[in-house]
Amino acid sequence: MLVHLQGAWSPLFGRLTLSSIPYSNPIIIFAFAFTAIAGVAVVAPVLYYRKVGYIFREWLCSVDHKKIGVMYIILGLVMMFRGFVDGMMIRTQQVTADGPNSPGFLEAQHGYLPPSHFDQIYSSHGTLMILFAVTPILTGLGNVIVPLQIGARDMAFPRMNAISLWLTVMGAMLVMASLFIGDFSDAGWVGLTPLTELPYSPSVGVDYWMWAIQISSIGTTLNAINIITTIVGMRAPGMRWDRLPIFTWTTLSTNIIGLTAFPILGVALALLGADRYLGTHFYTAGMGGNLMLYTDLFWIWGHPEVYFLVLPAFGILSEVIPTFSEKPLFGYITMVAATFAIAGISWSVWLHHFFTMGAGPWVNTFFSVATMLVGIPTGVKVFNWLFTMYRGRITYTTPMLWSVGALLLLLVGGLTGVMLANPAIDYTVHNSVFVIAHFHCMVLLIAFTIFAGIIYWFPKVFGFKLDEHNGKRFFWTFCLGTTTVFTAMFALGFEGETRRLDYLYDPQWMPMLVIEEFGIALYCLSVYYFFKMIYVSLRDREKNRCGADPWGTARTLEWLTHSPVPFYNFAVTPQVNELDELAWRRDNGWADMAPETFEPIHMPKNSMVPIIIGIFAFGFGFGMVWRIWWMAGFSLFAIIALVIISSFTPDPGYTITAEEMRKLEARTDPMGIVADSHAPLPMAEERIV
Amino acid sequence: MDAHSNRHEGPRPPLWHYGETEHDPIATKTLGFWLYMLSDALIFAGLFAAYGVLDQTMNTADGPVASQVVHPIAAFWQTLAVLSSVLAYSLATVAIRTNNRGGVMLGICVAIFFGVVFIGLEFADFVDLFAIGATPDRSGFLSAFFILVATHGLHMMFGILWMLVLLPQIVRFGLNTAVVTRLLNLRLFWQFQASVWVCVYIFVYLRGTIQ
Repeated sequence: MLVHLQGAWSPLFGRLTLSSIPYSNPIIIFAFAFTAIAGVAVVAPVLYYRKVGYIFREWLCSVDHKKIGVMYIILGLVMMFRGFVDGMMIRTQQVTADGPNSPGFLEAQHGYLPPSHFDQIYSSHGTLMILFAVTPILTGLGNVIVPLQIGARDMAFPRMNAISLWLTVMGAMLVMASLFIGDFSDAGWVGLTPLTELPYSPSVGVDYWMWAIQISSIGTTLNAINIITTIVGMRAPGMRWDRLPIFTWTTLSTNIIGLTAFPILGVALALLGADRYLGTHFYTAGMGGNLMLYTDLFWIWGHPEVYFLVLPAFGILSEVIPTFSEKPLFGYITMVAATFAIAGISWSVWLHHFFTMGAGPWVNTFFSVATMLVGIPTGVKVFNWLFTMYRGRITYTTPMLWSVGALLLLLVGGLTGVMLANPAIDYTVHNSVFVIAHFHCMVLLIAFTIFAGIIYWFPKVFGFKLDEHNGKRFFWTFCLGTTTVFTAMFALGFEGETRRLDYLYDPQWMPMLVIEEFGIALYCLSVYYFFKMIYVSLRDREKNRCGADPWGTARTLEWLTHSPVPFYNFAVTPQVNELDELAWRRDNGWADMAPETFEPIHMPKNSMVPIIIGIFAFGFGFGMVWRIWWMAGFSLFAIIALVIISSFTPDPGYTITAEEMRKLEARTDPMGIVADSHAPLPMAEERIV
Repeated sequence: MDAHSNRHEGPRPPLWHYGETEHDPIATKTLGFWLYMLSDALIFAGLFAAYGVLDQTMNTADGPVASQVVHPIAAFWQTLAVLSSVLAYSLATVAIRTNNRGGVMLGICVAIFFGVVFIGLEFADFVDLFAIGATPDRSGFLSAFFILVATHGLHMMFGILWMLVLLPQIVRFGLNTAVVTRLLNLRLFWQFQASVWVCVYIFVYLRGTIQ
């Protein structure tokens, strides 16, 4: 049954040999040095300030939805940075490898990256940006904000929430491991078959790609179950469906998509795995395989995934724009309807990713029309935001700047999308960088709203605002970088540059490539301002301390509790009376009313089990990649055993008495998620391990 | 926008909620489990779609076709086994109502027995197929056949493992909230696997015979 592989294999180390480590490649040595320095820069202060125990107990073992959300966002930002470095390397390769006379450095004939290395870089760029940067950040924002917006104490399944996080982290760790041990897939982030089959991709690269996605997407599916259950079952009294904030609505719809789409990805990759490990013939070029089966299954997940990402982004816009226009959101009901219309249509448009791959004219027509239909609810949303801003009292804070920028990108990306939805146009520009520029506009619109959301909700979580001055510089450099790179890229698409080229044959593309490289320089500047923003904000945090509603015009429930949010979220569960509860309380002069009497509350305990499950998931993935069967088998066995053992040791949680609550609420010093333990957090009684 | 349009008339309504919030732990967990089953249903949907695509003459690569590998009479005994198992398990959950621990455990033991019979029959079927050279790596069609049927078989094994875990829990904890939640969710899981098997039986075994 098991596929016989060429090359060395030992029972102890599988396919892993010393020569798998690419220590002779200067680029990878540099990447390793950089990662090591960054790792030391993170670990050294933790050791110096003796915070290892704190980090372990209060963060790595945490089941608090806010901490888990913050860790998701940190993971996403780190991976976004790596994805950005990949993007920078792609652009630099193309600008140095244009025309037959272009010079070659290192081992490359043109540019500085040999073809297989270049292919790995664009594959990891796509995989990282979509699955390990944007997805975790949006999941993290949902994790932090949704329970607060609906007035819940925590998620429905706090421990499973931590398991979701660690599975996602370990997927990302597998991608990182592929950088230094072995190689990554060079078959693109979509992994088209039969290129990803063993005869064409015999190395471990495709296995890394496959297992990293597989493990993290299990995490995403579990998280979707958790969020849907939380929104349906844990709303505060009075939080009727017609009072649910839009961000919560979009998170709900997005997780319905996630729950139904990710299993299909799991199937698509599992069948590929069966081909690569068991020698089956699902997608092979001969022996009765059908490679279009993969293309369809992948994009049946892939297109809903796009809306999985964009819907929470729309939710963030729907929160930020009313706050900084000082007006309620225009057309609440149409906004909800449009959200679910987009989520519904997302299931019937996948074939537009491969119009040119042999479907008949009627099939193409169906998917073309369905794709254009998406423009209608999206248009409704855009006009709702514009009407919200119309005659509003607009303040251009940083989150608002990012939101307006996102609207602009949505317009460009959306209109080019409608162009591409037309098969006749698609036949002309398919596989060109015009398509790349289109979907980068869409994904960057999501990135814009991510920064809007992070800056908007940062004071809620940490209790101080991010520096507006550097935040605006960050926005303008990033925005200019985006327009510079992708305007030039649209033009290059029309000039006929196809995607994924490690060598460009036409010297006439040079001017546009140089403009793109200039845009990348602007991006680099924006990274500098991002770090400066973080640094200045941390330095001046005492000056920028803020109250429950730092922006002064926020409307939804999460701004009702303290900033930073205490670990128990709300001292007493709020009774919701209106849509935009906080705005209603403020208009009536009740915004600052705090509860006077308290009740005992019950909280879940922290647990080591989730991170241990995560570590074994990494062991399973690594073992499968290198075909170290004992490691994979033992890890899988350990995960099952851990789940069974922990089902025998129920979490009794712990109770905070009314008297303790009164004392906690009377404290004046900030007591947010970065604070040390306030009350005895009895996590010590973990009997496992 | 007039800020005063939001003004509340009359006495101030309550701003805080005291007392129990009515979050029923069994209901919450059961909803979560239904959602998990939805994702599981989609896994099977994907596998059935793959089977439908690969169940063509050209995908057999001159190997065995469906009518040569499926044995609907043998699979009928599997159907009986899986349905008997569900019946026994359902009777076990009826015994929860009277807090009859022995009845619950007896029902689960019978359900495990029939589950093991099902797995055994499937295993014997696979051994016969391997003997005639019908292996998953023979053709695209056989890949789809084996992966679909074996995925269902793995789910059945997982269900049996779950029952084996619940037996000592019933002894140790009695029929408390956590155990009852698990028992009820397992019933959902077990009935769902039986439904999937009915689909497999019709779509793969019966349809395969008449082709």
